[in-house]
Amino acid sequence: MSRYLSDVAVLARKDLRLELRARNTVPAMLLFVVAALVVFHFALPEGSSDLAAKGLLWVAIVFTALLGLTRAFVAEREQRLIDGLLLAPCDRSAIWLAKSLSVLGFLVVAELVALPAFALFFSGIDGATVAGVALADLGICAVGTVLAAMAVAGRARELLLPLLFLPLAIPIVIGGVGASVAAEPARYLGFLALYDAVFAIISWASFEYVVTE
Amino acid sequence: MIRARGLGRAFGAKRVVHDLDLDVPHGGFLLVTGPNGSGKTTLLRLVAGLLVPTAGELHVETPRERVGFVGHEPLVYRELTALENLDLYGRLYRVPERRERIGMLLERFGLWDARNQRADSFSRGMLQRLSLCRGLLHDPDLLVLDEPFSALDEEGAALLDRELAELRPHATFLVATHDPDRLMPLATDRLAFGT
Repeated sequence: MSRYLSDVAVLARKDLRLELRARNTVPAMLLFVVAALVVFHFALPEGSSDLAAKGLLWVAIVFTALLGLTRAFVAEREQRLIDGLLLAPCDRSAIWLAKSLSVLGFLVVAELVALPAFALFFSGIDGATVAGVALADLGICAVGTVLAAMAVAGRARELLLPLLFLPLAIPIVIGGVGASVAAEPARYLGFLALYDAVFAIISWASFEYVVTE
Repeated sequence: MIRARGLGRAFGAKRVVHDLDLDVPHGGFLLVTGPNGSGKTTLLRLVAGLLVPTAGELHVETPRERVGFVGHEPLVYRELTALENLDLYGRLYRVPERRERIGMLLERFGLWDARNQRADSFSRGMLQRLSLCRGLLHDPDLLVLDEPFSALDEEGAALLDRELAELRPHATFLVATHDPDRLMPLATDRLAFGT
């Protein structure tokens, strides 16, 4: 177990170091999410309800995550570096977990800017929304990383990832919006936690088959 | 050490490797030759475990952590330095005395002075040297080399000659090349594709 976690740490640290050097992903995610919130701010008619605004927050989060996921395996794809990782004697699911953690880190950075920006443009953020965003992030990264690895193997990879990811993100949006607007957010948070658990296990178990040619 | 019976690999309808029988004993040196597209790289990727056969059976006795692979791509991150790349692989392969081993390889392949340079500033020849360092880092028992001399200058090629001769008694080799004469003195067997 400690060996597994050590491999995950080595691989995740590598992804963070690559991002610090190249700065390809996080600035793009930040720019996108802030620009999307500005557009939504002007698109919503004067006097629109907070409920509509909360819905748009979730749209911004899902598409920002999609942007990060699209770039998740760029380095591994461009020079077939995935081969180097697959040759290494680490459990292949460690590659998935490390990549999920690094995407999660990038998404959290984007949200640290997006949530205050949302509060500035629309309305304040309550604890249930923050909890919903945190739980949704886990599901988005777990599922999205497997789908990103799957899409990388295909020819129309930029097209494939949204087609695969968005249908699977619908329950996340339902749970997230529910947690943000319902009077009793607990059951929506429970639903998100259940989604995370089920899809994390499926993603963890299936990654090896996804990357095997 | 490597045993294949009726081995085949197809990509869609295209059969690249077909009905291949192969035996490479422990300590053997199999030279794989043939024109471009004849299936050399596919065979090497099958043996390295990067591809799964679509027909027949393939048994490679060597565990994954004891296989060294050098392919067409150097498999190094361009944004990382030579030292950082080797450190990454050294940690994943649990190389004992990692820093010393990395330093020794970088020195031997003439990359010590460039150890803190990012790989994206390397020439094609330097990348090939770094790729060889990566492939040899964990002192593998089975070396799978696809065109290892490609992009190397004369000095680099001579260096690799010496390295292969030194490793020859301790490892099993599967080497694809367009220059079989260079490696013929080391080889125990030859597999010619597409002839």
